[in-house]
Order: sequence, then C-alpha cells, then structure tokens
Amino acid sequence: MRVGLVCPYTWEVPGGVQQHVGDLAEALLQLGHEVSVLAPCDSEEAELPSYLVSAGRAVPVPYNGSVARLSFGFRAAGRVRRWIREGAFDVLHVHEPAAPSLSLLACWAAEGPIVATFHASNPRSRALAVSAGVLQPALEKINGRIAVSDAARKTLVEHLGGDAVLIPNGVAVDRYAEARPFEGWPGEGGAIGFLGRLDEPRKGLGVLLDAFDVLGRERPGLRLLIAGPGDTGEVADRVAPELRERVVALGRVDEVDKVRAYHSVDVFCAPNLGGESFGIVLAEAMSAGAPILASDIPAFAHVLRDGEAGRLFATGDPADLARGAAELLDDPERRRVLSRAARAAVRAYDWHTVAADVVRVYETVLPLDGSGGPVTAGRKESV
Amino acid sequence: MPEWITVLALAVAALVLLSAYVSWRAGRLDRMHTRVETAYAALDAALLRRGAAVLDLAASPALEPASAVLLGDAAAQSRRAHGQGRAARELAESNLSRALRAVVDEPGFAEALEWPDDATADVFAEVEAAAKRVMLARRFYNDAVASIREARAGRLVRLLRLAGSAPMPEFFEMDDEPPAPVSP
Repeated sequence: MRVGLVCPYTWEVPGGVQQHVGDLAEALLQLGHEVSVLAPCDSEEAELPSYLVSAGRAVPVPYNGSVARLSFGFRAAGRVRRWIREGAFDVLHVHEPAAPSLSLLACWAAEGPIVATFHASNPRSRALAVSAGVLQPALEKINGRIAVSDAARKTLVEHLGGDAVLIPNGVAVDRYAEARPFEGWPGEGGAIGFLGRLDEPRKGLGVLLDAFDVLGRERPGLRLLIAGPGDTGEVADRVAPELRERVVALGRVDEVDKVRAYHSVDVFCAPNLGGESFGIVLAEAMSAGAPILASDIPAFAHVLRDGEAGRLFATGDPADLARGAAELLDDPERRRVLSRAARAAVRAYDWHTVAADVVRVYETVLPLDGSGGPVTAGRKESV
Repeated sequence: MPEWITVLALAVAALVLLSAYVSWRAGRLDRMHTRVETAYAALDAALLRRGAAVLDLAASPALEPASAVLLGDAAAQSRRAHGQGRAARELAESNLSRALRAVVDEPGFAEALEWPDDATADVFAEVEAAAKRVMLARRFYNDAVASIREARAGRLVRLLRLAGSAPMPEFFEMDDEPPAPVSP
C-alpha cells in the first residue's frame, strides 16, 4: 500500500507527534508498505530520512495562547498539493489535523481515502472551540479517525463531534532491548530504578523513598537510581542523611542514557499513584527486560497481566513496596522469569502490532472493489 | 497712605495671581485627562474594529483553512482579553498583529485575494485600514499619556494634589506594526 503521512510540526523539534509519525513510518516500511512523510523541516533534505519530504520551514506564529511553529499559507498548500499529486497514495494519513498547519491543508486539498490521528488532549481548548466552524469542511473529508488516548478522544468528541477508534502510541521495543549498563551498576548490593518527573507527586517517587528508608537500612549495599526532570537536590533532602550517598539522582537524561538506566538496575519500580492511562515508562522498562515492581493501578495491572509480567504492590503503600522489592532482590530466578514475561507481554504494545492495527484502519477506508484509485489533489488547483 | 496698605495690596494681588495660576494648571490637567480618555476611547474602538475586520477576513472562503484558523484564534483571543487586565489585552492585541503579519507575509496571499472575486480584497482593505488606524490611535493615546505624566510630575501639582484622585494613566504597550502592503 502507498501511504502518505503528514506531520504538522517541525521534524527536528522533539515532540510526541513527530516521534509518533517517525516510528509509525518505520514500522509501516518494515511491514512492506511504501511510505512518504511530509513535514516542515529546518535542515536540507539530504540529512533527513529517505522517506521524508520537506515542506519548507515552519513560521513562528501566536496560536492558542503560545507561539507555535506552523506551516500555513498558499505556498505551503501548493507544496502539499504537489506532494499528494506526485505521491499517488492509496491512503492519506494526517496527524493532528485540527492544528492550523500542513495536516489541515492536506485535508483541505485532498480527495480520496483520508485517515486522521488526533493526539492532543485538551478538554477546554478555546482555539478548537473557536475554529470548529472553519475546520468542519476540511475535517468532514476524513474517512477514519484515530485517537491515541481516551483523553484525546474525549477532546475530539467534545469539540468536533463524531467519534474515533482508540489506537495507543506504540513502543519501539527493539530500541530498548539492548544497552550497556552504567559503570558499576547494578552492583553487588542490588539496585532499584525509578524514572519519571521528580516533582510530580502522582508519579509516586515519595512512596519509593519511604520504602527505601526501610530497605536501605536492612540492605547495606542496596542503591536507588533515579532519573527524570526535576530538582535532584530536593530528592536528596527527602532521604535520611546516612542513606543519601546510596540514592543517585541523574536528573533529566537523554534517550541513550534512559535505555542504559533501564539496564542498570535489578528491579525497576513504577510506584505511580494513578492518573496513568498506559504508562509509557513502564512499557519501555518492560522492553528493556527489567524485572518490574509496580503499583496495582488498573492500567499497570492490565499491562502486566495481573502480576504475571511484574510484581504488583498495593498502590501508595511503602511497606508493601518494600516487601515486594525484598522478594525480587533475593530471588534471581524470579527476576529472570519476570524479565522474560515482561519482554513477551510488551510485544502487544510494539509499534509493529500498533502499525498493523493502523493498517487495518487503512483497509477499512479503502473502497472495497479497489475502484477508488489514488488520493488526488482535488479540483482546487493552485490559483 | 500708610505703608502696610501697599504691602497688603501687593500680597492680595500676589495671592490672586497665584490662585489664578493654580486654577489654570488644574484646568490644564483636567483637559489633559479628558484628552487621554478620548484618546483611549478611540484606541479601544480602533482595536475592536480591527478584531472584527480580522474575523471577517478569517471567514472569507478565499483563505486556506490554516490561515483562517490562525486569524480566527488571534481575533477571538483579543476579543476575550477586552475587559480583562491591561497586560492581557496588550499581549492579545500584539499577538493579533503578529498573526496577521505572518499570514499576510506568506507567499500566495496577494493572489488569493483576487479569487474568486474582489469581495475578499475589500475585506482585506478594511483590515489594512483598521490596522493602520490602531497604530495611529495608539500613538495619539501614548502621546497624551506622556504629556499628562510630565505635567503631573511637576512640584506644584504634586504639592497641591491638583490631579486629585485621578489614576495615573499608563502607556499602552503593544506590537502595532500593520501588515506589509500586498502587491499582487
């Protein structure tokens, strides 16, 4: 199948939508489809992946209360049209079509099977409420709508009406599978890992630190490896002075160090108190094959198959966390079993699986008798 | 004629002169306050008018939807900021200026105005005129504010509290640069 993907935001700027489009494109290529991605780019085409087509630079412009970099105007629309014409795609897949950028222009210009993925979850988006009227004619052309989360789906339903199928973000499982642990980790005395915002109480770092207050005294060699954005000094303040040197807070880490962190611990702990719809961090740790110790919030229990692929503990209970950690630290065989089970369970969330779901959506919007022909740039030829 | 009468007469004359001067200064301040108020009303009207014109442009079928959404959002933000604090309004109006320039600067905009008829060109002419009027109105308002701030800084005015309880007018700080003229 020839698939045209449209990303509305500048390719080189790190962001959830860009990452999603890139991962999806690669997964689709591996499934044997032809893929072309249109996105605003800052750099020369030569430095970009071969499937990427540049739509030129995006322009900084005030939108929805902040300054966003977007592609708009008739030159951008003309580029979109040319890309659609030259690509002769079987299906056009636009991302975040409600943002005033390339995806919206693509919806506006194209005729043929269109699939759209909605990423943003903003229950009170004033910009969406205001522009719903302008968006409607372009968005009406979409044949199949996908939301990446329940929140995104709710936003879509509230502002634009209609409904969408839920296909969550995938995890690039292979990217996490192998890495060199940090020098000296996990070490003789064992190590427990945590990754997430340090100052966000719902990530549950406090529960882990409380448990470590007990565990650290019982086990003289045990260390805690903490990674994530936030004030690392504040973390140290929350630990008893005699345990402080065994709590290593890295702060924000890049992608490479994040993978290494997952491989540097004996037990990875996800002590979240709730609010997590899926737990991308948990899925990454599972991809790395880290033995998991997680709170028993419904989302985690589901991903971990009710404890088969990771040890669950009572949410918010440091004593139960400490019990679970002790169990795993003392039993290498159990850790091996959990690691293997986690790697197997996370396959269900791999991009390959997710991309296959997306392809099923493509197939649904294609005309059954194959009479449709490729997506065209419609009647609106450049003026 | 005894000497003291001359002194008294002179003192009375001085007092009369002084009070005349003070009342003239107070009257001048009053006039300046009125001028500031009139100028602000004009600025307010110009801003509202520009917002309405931009909304009209955003609704025009000649525009592509991304530009329409950007303009519609910026105009809606400026309308919502009306009645909020001065700072919020200055920010929203500056954003409207920036969004308008960004959209007009994109190549192809001028050609779009000609299609399908000149109705859109008329709407855009209105936007252009409104944007220029905003620039003028803001200049006049800030000019009035500057002169009253200078007048109120005088020692006599502060000593005798001639300005009374009238609040000190603030400058209206915003990016009011109108869009570049389009040449098809």
